[in-house]
Amino acid sequence: MEHEQAIELLPGYIDEELSLSESLEFERHLAGCALCKQAYEQQRQVSAQLRQADLHWEAPPELAQRIRAALPGRRSPWQRFTEWLAGSGAFGGGAGQGGAGARLGWAPAGAMVLSLVALTWSAGLYLSIPSANTRLTQELVDSHVRSLQFDHLYDVVSTDRHTVKPWFDGKLDFAPPVVDFAQEGYPLVGGRLDYLNGRAVAVMVYRYKLHPINLYVWPGNDAGATPHVIERQGYHLANWSAAGMNYWVVTDAGDAELNGFITNLRAHPAS
Amino acid sequence: MADPIIAKRFESLVLPHMNSAFNVARWLTHNDQDAQDVVQEAYLRAFRFFGSFRGEDARAWLLSIVRNTFYTWHQQNRGHAAQTTEFEEDLHSLESDSAGNDDSPEVRLIRNQSRKRVHDALRSLRLEYREVVVLRELEELSYKEIAVIVGIPMGTVMSRLGRGRQQLAALLAPTDQEA
Repeated sequence: MEHEQAIELLPGYIDEELSLSESLEFERHLAGCALCKQAYEQQRQVSAQLRQADLHWEAPPELAQRIRAALPGRRSPWQRFTEWLAGSGAFGGGAGQGGAGARLGWAPAGAMVLSLVALTWSAGLYLSIPSANTRLTQELVDSHVRSLQFDHLYDVVSTDRHTVKPWFDGKLDFAPPVVDFAQEGYPLVGGRLDYLNGRAVAVMVYRYKLHPINLYVWPGNDAGATPHVIERQGYHLANWSAAGMNYWVVTDAGDAELNGFITNLRAHPAS
Repeated sequence: MADPIIAKRFESLVLPHMNSAFNVARWLTHNDQDAQDVVQEAYLRAFRFFGSFRGEDARAWLLSIVRNTFYTWHQQNRGHAAQTTEFEEDLHSLESDSAGNDDSPEVRLIRNQSRKRVHDALRSLRLEYREVVVLRELEELSYKEIAVIVGIPMGTVMSRLGRGRQQLAALLAPTDQEA
């Protein structure tokens, strides 16, 4: 084996990633090569030092919470409660006082108490469940905020609606209307797919000056034809339905700009 | 909605690897907040692409998304001044890291010193070497997995790893001040 080749294979030898024949050949070369021996020692030591130093960064606990909260299909407090019960054995501790027989005898009663507690709890939760609409607006605000992080805003960058519209082909089971209002001060800047309300939706991204405007569209007829504007966490949201499509607009632009956008959008025939 | 099943599967297969994801992101970004952002974004992407996950190794799959997310972020933030300010932060957290155990202060100091040297050496490694070293030595992934994650042939994994280790060896070589 040539020295050049041996040096290349050296890391693989340390990590036991070479084939048997490669290892044997490498060892034959190593035995007679001082340079390789030195490199082998150095690399092996570095590897050992790295492992010994234990340089792992552990994820901060708040990150797990952040991620769970941001993921679609977030877990309900009820789920977390049941998991907590299962995990902590919250009711097991007290039973340890009596004998084994006593523990056994009380188990059904304990289970009944538990299910009663659970029943009351779930009834309480049911009553306090936010309406579907509240959840949807929260999802929309989250999605809008998320879209402003990183390169999330658009998957297809184009100011040309004839590029954006075909881009959705095959990605959705409906053809979203894509219109450009550059003349009116709301240029189309791109489009992306998003996941909302339990389904894939089309998002057209517009801008008003520096304010991004996310327009979410999916099939349905869930709202009236008159746009309904609300404010959440400082964002303006509006929704309406037209021609069998649900429309939601989210932006940090002001009320007037949002209304201008909606007027333009509704004035244009869906293309 | 069929989602609860998918969400459940995602939760049991992908969520448990958050420490690995964070470790890799942290070593790539050198910054706590950025690493958290990258990992969060990676998880959202992972969830979106979960349909394309074919049940191979979930950790390697997640790490490749973390790496991609990082590179997108990195390209956008290139030339950002943020790179210079996080050095202190690293040192602080490293010191407080091992403060919890009950070794004598001297032992702790010595261990911390050598640990800090290794840490600093790895930290100063060029990105292309650092990522393979972290994936191999810290995450203990195979060459094949690293090749897939980084998107390079296995031979390149091996040579980058060799070069990275050789540079680390030079950085960690005993100097005159030391006994």
